[in-house]
Amino acid sequence: MLQDKTIGNRLFDMFNYAVLLLMALLCVLPFVYVLAVSFASPAEVAKGGLILWPKEWSLASYRYIFSTDTLFRSLLVSIYITVVGTFINLLFTSLMAYPLAKPHLRGRQAILLAVLFTMLFGGGMIPTYFVVKALHLTNTLWSLMIPGAISAFNLIVLKNFFQQIPDGLEDSARIDGCNDVGVLFRIVLPLSLPAMATFGLFYAVGHWNQFFNAILYINDNTKWPIQVLLREIVILASSSIGDNSIDNTEIQPLTIRMAVIVFATVPILLVYPFLQKHFAKGVMLGSVKG
Amino acid sequence: MRQDNYAPAGNPAIPKGKPVSLLRDLVRDKWLYLMLLPGILYFFIFKYVPMYGVTMAFQDYRPHLGFLDSPWVGFKHFQRFFTEPQFGMLFRNTVILAVYNLVFFFPLPIVLSLMLNEVRRAKFKSFVQTLVYIPHFVSWVVVVGIFYILFTTENGVLNEFLYAVTGKKIAFLLEPEWFRTMVIVQSIWKEVGWGTVIFLAALAGVDLQQYEAARIDGAGRWRQLWHITLPAIRSTIVILFILRLGNFMDSGFEHIFLMLTPTNREVGEVFDTYVYTKGMTQAQYSYSAAVGLFKSAIGLVLVLGSNWLAKKFGEEGIY
Repeated sequence: MLQDKTIGNRLFDMFNYAVLLLMALLCVLPFVYVLAVSFASPAEVAKGGLILWPKEWSLASYRYIFSTDTLFRSLLVSIYITVVGTFINLLFTSLMAYPLAKPHLRGRQAILLAVLFTMLFGGGMIPTYFVVKALHLTNTLWSLMIPGAISAFNLIVLKNFFQQIPDGLEDSARIDGCNDVGVLFRIVLPLSLPAMATFGLFYAVGHWNQFFNAILYINDNTKWPIQVLLREIVILASSSIGDNSIDNTEIQPLTIRMAVIVFATVPILLVYPFLQKHFAKGVMLGSVKG
Repeated sequence: MRQDNYAPAGNPAIPKGKPVSLLRDLVRDKWLYLMLLPGILYFFIFKYVPMYGVTMAFQDYRPHLGFLDSPWVGFKHFQRFFTEPQFGMLFRNTVILAVYNLVFFFPLPIVLSLMLNEVRRAKFKSFVQTLVYIPHFVSWVVVVGIFYILFTTENGVLNEFLYAVTGKKIAFLLEPEWFRTMVIVQSIWKEVGWGTVIFLAALAGVDLQQYEAARIDGAGRWRQLWHITLPAIRSTIVILFILRLGNFMDSGFEHIFLMLTPTNREVGEVFDTYVYTKGMTQAQYSYSAAVGLFKSAIGLVLVLGSNWLAKKFGEEGIY
């Protein structure tokens, strides 16, 4: 596209680029700051000020947060619910989306309407809590994975995605003797990898960042995901992680908080670049109407 | 819609185009129904049983008696809620936060997308996009945690800066008058970048020849923006605005919950957090279920109402 090189346009561009650059920096600098401080030496942190690159590196806060099992255990819980939970999400969602993508299926409209209605109205926190409790899921990690097994929105979008796959591909598998389950797992899912990656990312982010369900359903602090531990340490400023309290002069409580933030953030951000190319498409899928 | 263009392996005898009995369809699609089963059970147990469970709002719910046998009390809990002095406060807080969100947050992703759309260097554009999406992927606990660290009066970077410039510090996190500002700023920081995804996709669909033609007619950048770009994303803006209106009562529960402290309850408590406080921490199950039902009912009316409004405006609507 041709660009008009008038002075007004150049000023506009400069202003535009500057503001966008500022926005971008505002979005990442806090993370850089947290990461840098978590690695900075106690002396440097004590002086205060903005640290974006530590002059003296120190692993003291990381050694400290791993000096008890607490953080390690929470990390394991989060990893477990993210991996197993996302697997359950994808399995349940695609198992339900595939039959609903078949226009000839009797009762399909009724089921779709019933699903849509759950997006408009829900029982709310308290009745749901009693259902989870009645199923004896409270205080188990299942309570973090099963009650959110299918997102109605993702289900509808995936159904639409499946509908776009040409019937011919499935027919040939049927002629070779596959039943519908075989067609889904051997033909449809392999063709849907970009969609599965997108939904996998969304579900995984949800699990990793899950916080409130754990507060609601889990009392046993050995089963806390990392986000709940993070709230205890950073926001409620509970003075200890595990058994030792922080009056150790070598370490700053501040750097310890930052180190915990790093662990609650970095794993999910590591996933992001790999899936980035898919999700813009995935979000657009979402705007296709049922 | 029964247009079978394949003869399923199990039943090659089904003739095309002729009415087929229900039983035959069920047999033919047995695998499909089997696959549906876990999902149907899921929605039934975790969505529809709780919907039935809202009947507890009309009972004095006793956990050992369950939804079926607890004594019925009619509208007792609703009457209590509507006469409670906190009712006005909750309503005000919820509405003010929602209005702030519409006024301060809603337009920003649109502005940001328009700015990004003016960038002609593809590398710079994708660099900015990559960075502004990042906060969307972290949890509210992390966002609130980072704000606690940056904005605290004890060595928070922002307050150190303020102190150096003005000689004063501001207790952003403790003073109730800062609560709403902090909540909105956090929302903006976390979601403004992500909010551009959908607008940028809409903008990508604009026909470039229109700009070409406009320039030949002598239209400058602002006129192009006004007459081509904005009309092109108008329906996306309307739809998202409607969606936002439909979720008017949802102030972002986790977010507010994390920001609430004993000092800012007066301005910060909303319906959702009140339900949690009364129900889960004070065990007033039926009462808090009534509050939750009241909120859900208003939400339902708002969604249906705003969708109706969308159709009035000649947009497609969501349902």
